[in-house]
Parts: sequence; structure tokens; C-alpha cells
Amino acid sequence: MAMKISDEKFFERVDKGVNNTFMRNAVVSAQERMQGKRLAAAEELGNWEEWRKLGEEIRTHTLQNLDYYLEQLSENVKKRGGHVFFASTKEEANEYITKVAKEKQAKKVVKSKSMVTEEIHLNSALEKAGCEVIETDLGEYILQLDDHDPPSHIVVPALHKNKEQIRDTFKEKRGYDKSEIPEELALFAREQLRQEFLSADLGITGCNFAVAESGSISLVTNEGNAGLVTALPKTQITVMGMERIVPTWEELDILVSLLCRSSVGQKLTSYITGLTGPKDEDDVDGPEEFHLVIVDNGRSNILGTEFQSALHCIRCAACVNVCPVYRHIGGHSYGSIYAGPIGAVLTPLLGGYEDYKELPYASSLCAACTDACPVKIPLHELLIKHRRKIVEDEKKSPFGEKLAMKGYQLAASSPSIYKAGTKSASSVMAPFTQSNSIQKGPGPMKPWTDVRDFPAPNKERFRDWYKKREKGGE
Amino acid sequence: MNGGNLEMKVSLFITCLADVFYSNVGKHTVELLEKLGCVVDFPEQQTCCGQPAFNSGYHKETKEVAKHMIRTFENSDYVVGPSGSCVAMLREYGHLFENEPEWKEKAEKLAKKSFELTQFIVEVLKIENVNASIPACATYHKSCHMTRLLGVKNAPGKLLDNVEGLDVKPLPNSHDCCGFGGTFSVKMVPISEQMVDEKVKHIEETGAEVLIGADCGCLMNIGGRINRKGKPIKVMHIAEVLNSEVK
Repeated sequence: MAMKISDEKFFERVDKGVNNTFMRNAVVSAQERMQGKRLAAAEELGNWEEWRKLGEEIRTHTLQNLDYYLEQLSENVKKRGGHVFFASTKEEANEYITKVAKEKQAKKVVKSKSMVTEEIHLNSALEKAGCEVIETDLGEYILQLDDHDPPSHIVVPALHKNKEQIRDTFKEKRGYDKSEIPEELALFAREQLRQEFLSADLGITGCNFAVAESGSISLVTNEGNAGLVTALPKTQITVMGMERIVPTWEELDILVSLLCRSSVGQKLTSYITGLTGPKDEDDVDGPEEFHLVIVDNGRSNILGTEFQSALHCIRCAACVNVCPVYRHIGGHSYGSIYAGPIGAVLTPLLGGYEDYKELPYASSLCAACTDACPVKIPLHELLIKHRRKIVEDEKKSPFGEKLAMKGYQLAASSPSIYKAGTKSASSVMAPFTQSNSIQKGPGPMKPWTDVRDFPAPNKERFRDWYKKREKGGE
Repeated sequence: MNGGNLEMKVSLFITCLADVFYSNVGKHTVELLEKLGCVVDFPEQQTCCGQPAFNSGYHKETKEVAKHMIRTFENSDYVVGPSGSCVAMLREYGHLFENEPEWKEKAEKLAKKSFELTQFIVEVLKIENVNASIPACATYHKSCHMTRLLGVKNAPGKLLDNVEGLDVKPLPNSHDCCGFGGTFSVKMVPISEQMVDEKVKHIEETGAEVLIGADCGCLMNIGGRINRKGKPIKVMHIAEVLNSEVK
């Protein structure tokens, strides 16, 4: 599976996550900073709920008419002299991109940040084809230097690292000899990367949104690296997930505003670039050749299903930044490049339940994600839909659980069984009860009592008290 | 007390947790509603809201439970429960019956008349001061389902603000889940443990001697961890606080 970042089992990854103090401190402080900035940016815009509704409408409409807009996008890119390739699988995408690289005899490739190229493992395909690939987003650059450490956050890929760790990586891999002060680290990376931009043969970018009406692509960054990736190399390839599209510039305006505010709490990021095809004769910079690779890789299987709204995601990571589960286990525990609530929804859809069966359950369904999503994806409801699918369609729930749920149904829909069961609860649990609580519960209660006390059932249930009271006994 | 309104007939939806483990919460709820001028009845055929099955993906099973609960409360004017999460589940039933219009209609009727206790007091009875008094320094845990699914954000705070002698300290990171999440708490123990520990840490930071909550699930989780760690913090359901009187 292409998104997979670990062969360890889910609970092994979680164990590593909760015991990684560096990572956890970094995540907690980042979450708190970003939550605060997001709320302030939403407040500043005003009528936030109306904007969210508009965002939802735009995404719903676009996805419902995706075939139309993709066709329009493709026609317009071609009209402007660009090439378009529809890749139904990651293999097809990688094959096309490496073919272009070979034709151009590209030795050095510079990339700006792109989750979809992570998803299809483009870097290793290019490296196999003999190219040197340089990530130019600062976070991605750090991870690439650090022996290809996978991203742990869809917007801030190196979120799990602190500045001391970054200093050490620069020192070890690039002979850096200065301090861990962020400005010094960034300046060093900038100097290193500038040379790479100037000598690159091929530039590869992701795509925040493609604009169907003009055949343009847009890139939203804070570092300006995407500007150099698209200005200097002679050939540019832009890779986009097939759902990353808006009908017109008007919708782009709205979604970019929602994206910047939800993602990093900014009105706009430092650079928002719109690019349309290869450069014109009188342009001073830009690629001579432009390719747009539109990647399906499992997305069309989601269309028309109860999970379609997962494709509305604009990759802002607001859900990740409010998630208490992500807060404690970090991005790598999800085992996928897509972490957090949207990752728990999307990863099993793209990668299957076999590898990711725990993810839909790695949520307390607190709905903080659903509340934060700027395009109103009902994330916690989608997690429940996954669970339903695993139980009812895939029939993959554990036998003991099935039995327990059958028993639960019987009891909860039949008052006589329910009443008999709850009446006996107190005496059944009596052997395990000490001073009104249960510290070592039997069987299915054990996981609970491993970390917390369980209350002893009351000898007199509420309904017993009520009955007595009605009869005038109290 | 409710401005001379006609008598409100309220059916208590006790919730299974309060019925079996926290019967006091039920008693306080009945007494409080009666104090506020309601006539309370208890349809004794009621069981559980179905949430354990629903959230685990067992929707066929949930439907049977939902039908039973819909029947049980069919003749009630209002259904009021001391738990936002369970009431949110009652309001969710309609989604289970997308292809059964008859049941869907009944489910929607139940949804419209179902309220969480503090929501009912503030939004329906229009009362913000229940004349309670309790000398205590407390903090309040706002439950996720109550605030986000049911949308009850201010009612508990308004009522608590008017309790005489009660000092409610703001809880840091109050928006974070306590880590209960029903079956999540037993399926994902290592994660749930971290979440409840952080919650307990924040509660301690307030210096409060009492933790107040409006949902027995959250209180069972946080209280269970507080007990296990031997922390000197008392856990109270909001019904008990609102029904307190110091003479």
C-alpha cells in the first residue's frame, strides 16, 4: 500500500507514540498554537458558519459534477499548450512521470510540498529511474535529510521534530555548524536549496486546487519554494488528486480563504501562486513544458458511496490540530501519510481495511474534528460508517463482540430481560467489589479496570427507588 | 416557578448508567424537575438508548433498540434525561430509518421532544436560577456530545452561575474529550488513558475540590481515574448540584 509508512502493528506504533516525549511536547504546543490562531482567524472573518456552509456547498457541487470539471480542466490545460495525463493507479502516475524525466534527461528534480506524491511514492520511483530528488519545502527537506522520515502531519510534515533534532540532522547530513535558533536553521536550508533550484532540470509540484475554467493550478505556500520550483526548471510536472479542483476563480477565492484560515490561522499565506500552462513567449520565467498528472488511485471508488464527502477535504488539517487522539499518539501511529481524523477516514478507503482496520476505532467520536472542518465533512459520522461497514458488510468484527452486541440488542429491546439483568448486576459484581468500586474487573471489564476504577452497581437501582416512592414508601 | 405556565408533563429518560450505577442522579433529577413545577413520570419499559451498538457499527441491532425506545416514549409530552450523549442518541434515531418512512416519522417526533436536563430547564422551562446552594470550589467538564452533537453549550454554565456559594473555576482545555468514547475506553485503552490523564491534570490545575459534569459516561471515566490515582476530588453530576440546598 502506497500510503503505508510502517510495518509495525497498530498498538506497537501507538505505544511508541505515547512514549515519545519529544514528539508529544512538540505536538501539544503546535496544536495549541494552531487552534488559537485558527479560531482568531475565523472570528476575524466573521460569519464563520456561513462561510463553512458555502465551502461545503462548493465542494459538494464540484464532486457531484467531477467528471464535467475534470474534462473542462483538461481541455483548458491543453488549449494553453500543456499536457494532461489521467493516472488511474499510482503505478501509471509514476510511470508517466519517470518517462517524462527520462525524455528530458533530468538528473536533478526539485519538488515543492505534495501529499499525493507521498501517497504514490513518487520519490522512490524517480530515484530508481536515476534522478536525484530534492524536497524544497522546509519540513519535507528536513524529513528527507533525516533518512526519509515520513511526514506526521499533512500541512506541517515535520511537526514531530523539535529544533534541536533538526539542528542535529543538519549537522550530521550537511555539516551544519550553527545553533538550533530557527532563523539560523532556515537560513542554512535556504542557502543549501538555492543551489538546487538553479541546477534542477525538472520541477514537480502538488496542487492545492486546479481551476477548471482556465486550466490553471494554484499553490498555497509560506516559504516561496513552490515559486522557484515553477519558475526555474525548464519542465514542470504538477501532480494532483482528482478531487482537488474548483469550477472557477470565484470558488478558488473562497476555498483558499477557508484553507489559509483553517490551516495556519492566516488571512492568506505569504505566497499564493496561480499558474496556467507553460510560459508565454514574453514571460520572463516559468517552464517551457507543462504536464498535469491527475491521480485517481482509488478515489473514484469513493465517489457515489456514503463516503463521498471525504473527498471534499481541502487538506487544511484543522481536524488534525484539534484531535485529542492525534495529540497523544502523533501522526506516525496512524501508519499512513494521512494522519488524524481525516487520515482515519481516508486511509482505509484508499488502502483497505486489511492494513488499517483499527483506524476507524482510533477515535472517541468527540466530534471536535467535525466542528473544526471548514467544509463541514462529518468526520466522526464517517468513522461510524466505517465501523458499520466493517461489521455489517465486511463481517470482520470479532466473534465475541458480535455475540455481546446480539446480547445487548436482546436486553435493550426487551424490558423483562433488561430488568432482570440490571437487577442481578449488583450481586453478580459483589465478589469484585470493594468499598463501592471495582478495581479488578473480570473478562471484558479488565481493559477498563486496568487504568480506572469501575463503579459498583447500586443495590437499589433508580427504578426500584422510583417504584417504592410511587407506592409511598419514601 | 415557571411563570405560571401550565403543568409540564415530563417523562424521565433515566439512561442505563444512571439507572444501574448512579441512581442518585435519577433521584436528584426527579426532585429538581418537581421543584421546578414539572409532573414527572417514569415509563418503566425504558432500557438503553442504543449508543453502544450504534457507535460500534451494529446498526441492525440498534434499530431494534430504537424501535423499543420510540414505543416507550410514544405518549410522552417531553422526554428529559440527565445525559447529553444519550439524548443526542435519541435524536439520532431518524437516520437509522431512512428507508422506513413510518418509523422515521416516529423517530423525528421523539427527537423533537427529547431534551437534556439543563437544556430543558433553560430552553423549555426558561429558568436560569433554580435556587440551589452549595458551598464548594468546583470546575465543570463540558461533555463533547452534549456540546457538539446536541449543541447545548451554555445551559449548564448559566445554571451553575446562579448556584449560591458555588465557585466554578474555568477548566483549561475544556474542549478536549476526556477519553471515554464508550467502547473506545476499552478498545483503545492506551490512548484513552492518556486522554483521561490529561483531563485529570487540568482539573487538578484549577484547584477545584469538586468536578461537576452532566454526563454519567464522562464522570464514570474521569471519576474512575481520579479514584485509581487517589486524588482528593469529589465527582458530582450537575443534577445533584442543582438540587442542593444549604439551609
